[in-house]
Amino acid sequence: MSTWEEEKIHDDGTYESSLDTIDGSIATLNLGPTHPATHGIFQNILKVDGEKILGSEQTIGYIHRAFEKLAERRPYNQITTITDRLNYCSSPINNIGWHMTVEKLIGAEIPKRAQYMRVIIMELARISDHLVCNAVIGVDTGALTGFTYLFQQREKIYDLFEEVCGARLTTNMGRIGGFERDFSPAFNEKLKAFLKDFPKVFNEFDALLSRNRIFMDRTRGAGPISAERALEYSFVGPNLRAAGVDYDVRVMEPYSSYEDFDFEVPVGTTGDTYDRFQVRQEEIRQSLRIIEQALAKMPEGSYKADLPEFYLPPKEEVYNNMEALIYHFKIVMGETPIPAGEVYHCVEGGNGELGFYLISDGGRSPYRLQFRRPCFIYYQAYPEMITGSSISDAVLTLSSMNVIAGELDA
Amino acid sequence: MGKIEDLEVFNGEGYQLSRLDKVIAAARANSVWPLPFATSCCGIEYMGSMGSNYDVARFGMERMSFSPRQADLLIVAGTISKKLAPILKQVYEQMSEPKWVLSVGACASSGGIFDTYSVLQGIDRVIPVDVYVPGCPPRPEQIIDGIMKIHELVKHEGIRNRYSEEYKAKLDKYNIEINGK
Amino acid sequence: MASKLTNEAVIERIKGQFGSDILSSETPYDFLTIEVQANKQHEIIEWLKKDEMLKISFLTNLGGVHYPEQAGREFAVVYHLQSMVNNFRLRLKTYVSKENPEVASIVDLYVGANWMERETFDFFGITFKGHPNLVRILNEDSMDYFPMRKEYHLEDATREDKDDRFFGR
Repeated sequence: MSTWEEEKIHDDGTYESSLDTIDGSIATLNLGPTHPATHGIFQNILKVDGEKILGSEQTIGYIHRAFEKLAERRPYNQITTITDRLNYCSSPINNIGWHMTVEKLIGAEIPKRAQYMRVIIMELARISDHLVCNAVIGVDTGALTGFTYLFQQREKIYDLFEEVCGARLTTNMGRIGGFERDFSPAFNEKLKAFLKDFPKVFNEFDALLSRNRIFMDRTRGAGPISAERALEYSFVGPNLRAAGVDYDVRVMEPYSSYEDFDFEVPVGTTGDTYDRFQVRQEEIRQSLRIIEQALAKMPEGSYKADLPEFYLPPKEEVYNNMEALIYHFKIVMGETPIPAGEVYHCVEGGNGELGFYLISDGGRSPYRLQFRRPCFIYYQAYPEMITGSSISDAVLTLSSMNVIAGELDA
Repeated sequence: MGKIEDLEVFNGEGYQLSRLDKVIAAARANSVWPLPFATSCCGIEYMGSMGSNYDVARFGMERMSFSPRQADLLIVAGTISKKLAPILKQVYEQMSEPKWVLSVGACASSGGIFDTYSVLQGIDRVIPVDVYVPGCPPRPEQIIDGIMKIHELVKHEGIRNRYSEEYKAKLDKYNIEINGK
Repeated sequence: MASKLTNEAVIERIKGQFGSDILSSETPYDFLTIEVQANKQHEIIEWLKKDEMLKISFLTNLGGVHYPEQAGREFAVVYHLQSMVNNFRLRLKTYVSKENPEVASIVDLYVGANWMERETFDFFGITFKGHPNLVRILNEDSMDYFPMRKEYHLEDATREDKDDRFFGR
C-alpha cells in the first residue's frame, strides 16, 4: 500500500515542499536492490523532498529460491538443509524448529538431555543472530569498531557449532529426535571459555554504544512503531518487544523444556531503533543466563530419542543385522514412514516466531510445508516506519529491523 | 649465494629494469578493489572473511568498493535468482576494465541445491566468471583461496589483453559490450 | 503458560454465533481447526477479532494449499489466528474451486495480511477480493503460471546436464 502524503501532492505531480530551496518537485531515490546500505538484496523506491521521505515502495523476491516447493520434493530429513538457508544468521534454531515439528507429527518423546542440549545450541544461535544485527547498527551509525570486536566473538560461536556438527554457518544441526552425537569434551571446554570471555567483550561493546550520547541522539526516535500498529502488522520477536508487547514463544508456549529456565523478556517502549538495539542487547544477556543454567542443570541420559527410523545405524550393524540394514536402506532412500496429519509448530527464532505449518499425507515428502517467516511479514511495515523521517534514518531502521534476505524471500 | 659484502655496491639512486606490464600487474594485484555482490548465506561468510579473524585486508583489499565504477573484482556471493540476473549483468557492465569475477559458493557457480524455477543456474549464464569457489557456503579460508587465485590471474594479465579479439569474442557470447569503446 | 480457553469453549462460542457457516471442526494435535464457508471467512475473522471473550486478534500466518484431486474445492486458504491475551491459537480454513479461486481479502482487518495474500496469489493464483494491490511479490511479473500448484515442475527447465530418469522429471 502506498503511504505517500497524498494531500500534499498536486494533480500535476508537483509537491508542496516544506523547503524553500526546492521548486516543488519530488525526487525519486532508488535504494537498492544492490545498495551498500541495505545489507541484503531488496529494493526501496523512495520519494523524497530534500532529506525527508514522503513514501516508499518496496520490491522483494530477488533471492526467491522456492523453499516451499523444494520441500514438497524432499524426504523429511533432507528438509533440514533447506531450513538452514532461511535465516542463515541463526541456522540451528531453524533446524531444531523443523525437527521439533516432525517430532510433534510422529509423536516422539525427546530425552531431557537432548532438550537441554538443544536449548544451549539455540541460545548460542540467538546470540550470534543478535550480534550481527547490533554490530551492523553500530556500523551504520559510524562505529565500525564494535563490528570487528563482535565478529571475533561470533567466530567463537562458529567454532562451537563446528565442534558439534562440523559446519559453521549452514549447520544442518541435529537429527529428528535429538543430536547425532553427544557434546564432546572439547565443546564443553570451548563453551566454558566462551561464557567467560564473551561477557567482557560484550560489556565493552555495550559501554561503547548503549549510553553513548551520539549513538542515542542518532537512534532514538528513528523508525518508531506503536504497539497497536506492530500487532496489526503481525510483528513478532524483538521488534514487537521493542514496541512494548511482552510476547515470547519461549514463555507462552514453551518447547524443548524452556519452562525449566529462569529468564526475563525485555521490552521497550517506543519501538524505535534504540529500543530494538537495547532489546537485542538484553536478550543476549538473557541467553547467556539460560545457557549457564542449562549447563549447570544438564541431566544425564541419552542425546537422542529412540527413533531408529531417523538415525543411520552404525556400519557394522548394517552388515550384520537385518533390521539395521532395512533402516539404513529406508533412511538413505528417503522411504521412512510418516503418519498423515497436520501440525503447526513455532519456535522463537532470531527474528521472532518462526512457524512451520506442515501437512503430511503419509507420503515420503510433506504434502505442503509453509514457513511462517517473521522477516517477510514485518518488513512490509517498513514504508510506514520511515515515512516522514530522513534517508539516513531509513537506513538505520532497516538494519535495526534485521531483515534477512533469505528469510524474506523464501 | 655469496655474502652481501661481496656484492658490488652502487652509490646513488640506482634503477631497476623490468617490464612495464609486470610492474602494472604487480601493482594491480596488490590493490584489488572488490565489489561484494553478497545476496545470501555466502555473504555472511564473506563478512566473516572481512572480519578480524580472517581479514582480507591483508591482501590489499581493505577498501570495499560499493560502487561498480571503481571496482576491479566482482565477488558474487550467494544465490542469484532470475529476477536478479539482469541487475547482476548491469553491475558487471558498469565496472571498468580490467575486471574480474569471483563466483563464491555453489549457488552462484551452478545454482547449488536450488535447482528450482526461480533460481539462475549459475552466474556464468549471464556474465563471464574467472574463478569459482565451491562450498555451501565456502569457509572464509576457501574464499581467501579464491581471492588469491584471482591475484594470480591479475599478476599474469597482459597489458593489452583486454583489447584482444579473444576477449571481445568472450564478451560477445554474453552480449556485453566492452566499455569505453 | 496454559491457555485460558479450551477448544470446546471456543468452538461452542463460534458455533453459537455462526451456526451452519462452520462446516466442520476438529482438533488435530490439539490445535482447533475449523472449516468455514468461502464467502463467510471475512465476517468470522472480523467477529473473532472484536469478540470480548475470545480476543483472537493476531494474524499469525496465511497461506494456500492445492488439492488437485478434490473436485470443486481444489484450493484451501488457511489462516492461523492467535489470541495473545488468552494464549490461544485457531486455524481457519476455507475451500474454493479452481474455476473461481476467490476469497475476500482481510487487509482491512489486518494490514499485515497484505503481503501474505500477495504471496498466496503469486504461488497459487488465489485472488483476494478487495486487496489494494494484488500483484506478484516474489516472482517476476512476467511469469505466466502459478508455481506452487501441484502440476508444475520444481526444476529449472533450462538445465541440460541432468538425466531426467534420475530426477523424477
